[in-house]
Amino acid sequence: MKSVPPVVAMWGWPIALAVLSAVGLVGALVGDGAWDWLGWIGLGVPSVAAVWFGLRGRSARR
Amino acid sequence: MLSARSLRVWAWLHKWSSIVSTVFMLLLCITGLPLIFHHEIGHWLGTEVEAPAMRADAPRISLDEVMKVAKQRFPSKGGMFVSQEPDDDKVWFVTMSDTPTSESDLKQVAVDARSGAALAEPKLDRGLMFVIYTLHVELFAGLAGKLFLGFMGLLMLVAIVSGVVLYAPFMRKLRFGEVRREKSTRIKWLDLHNLLGIVTLTWAFVVGATGMINTWADLVIKYWQSDQMAEMVAPYKGLPPLKQLGSLEKAVAAARAQEPHMKIGFIAFPGTVFSSEHHYGVFMRGNEPLTARLFKPVLVDAQTGEVTASRSPPWYLSALLLSQPLHFGDYAGAPMQWLWALLDVVTIIVLGSGLYLWLAKKAPARRPGPVPGAAAVAEHEGSR
Repeated sequence: MKSVPPVVAMWGWPIALAVLSAVGLVGALVGDGAWDWLGWIGLGVPSVAAVWFGLRGRSARR
Repeated sequence: MLSARSLRVWAWLHKWSSIVSTVFMLLLCITGLPLIFHHEIGHWLGTEVEAPAMRADAPRISLDEVMKVAKQRFPSKGGMFVSQEPDDDKVWFVTMSDTPTSESDLKQVAVDARSGAALAEPKLDRGLMFVIYTLHVELFAGLAGKLFLGFMGLLMLVAIVSGVVLYAPFMRKLRFGEVRREKSTRIKWLDLHNLLGIVTLTWAFVVGATGMINTWADLVIKYWQSDQMAEMVAPYKGLPPLKQLGSLEKAVAAARAQEPHMKIGFIAFPGTVFSSEHHYGVFMRGNEPLTARLFKPVLVDAQTGEVTASRSPPWYLSALLLSQPLHFGDYAGAPMQWLWALLDVVTIIVLGSGLYLWLAKKAPARRPGPVPGAAAVAEHEGSR
């Protein structure tokens, strides 16, 4: 983590997830098949992140 | 880097835009959840119209026959709209009304497109889903309710943007995804609020913005009527009203011939908002997810059955039509519906935790301190 600039450390993941979501939302509108997968992955990754980080360490301390 | 002063302004914006809109946003998220699954719930409640199985290539009856069946059910009413679900051409939904512009006492008959059997009379103005839908769309307050909810949506967008700005000062000493559970309940929920808010940022912003655009639908359609529709039907201006409507089947066949690669979305009878006094408005849709939303109107002379005008939707109508799937999540199949539901629940948690953080800040310490956002920053800095 030391080598990562502070801006990247703070905004790297938020920006990546925001762009991924946007690509998924719009991409799935364009077509079927592979485009649907783009939508599922694009919105699926932020959803998994929400559940994973939201529940992580809930019962036991890390 | 934000100055202390601009930080206070953003915190003020976040606080007040949230306080005003949160209760309504909670209502929208909660009522929106079942609406994501309205087809499935309808199927489960037995209110979803399902045509009996037949050979896929079973011949279709004429639309004039379909209208005759509907008319038998409601002899005193006239045709208003005829429509089909995008993925099911086995059923025609005929909406009947007293006048073409009636807004109440509408009746619907679902007619089997192959046998002509009247399958059901879907209730348009009652039932659990109707109540949920009307609450979600207009709070039972008509256009005023819609525009009010649109304004609340705008406030939510302000809350999202100001929330993103405030993310930085809160996260300065935290890693992405870090939730300080070992500290106070307040700190834990603060971290969760920031985490879940930033992760669902794009989805919440897009669903909020497209929801706001949808609240303007009535106005956009009115404008389209006075703009494009008026131009298309200009040659008919001043002609006496029709005494007898010509064949619907013939009109629709003409529209199909005009756009052979498109499907029928819906048909508007003469005198409705989607047609003129002298035309059937046949609204065609494409076969791709994108083009299926962009209805193309084909106007057919209701007497002669000849196409008189057709043009693609202008930019503002396209924007409205494309904002619908982005709000409903009704594209890309069932996985998308479940993602929509999950993200909706996460948004409920963001709203609820925001409300909690505001109340928890207010309750114990009754000192007139700085605004919550800035106070929490100071608290965070001090805790390290």
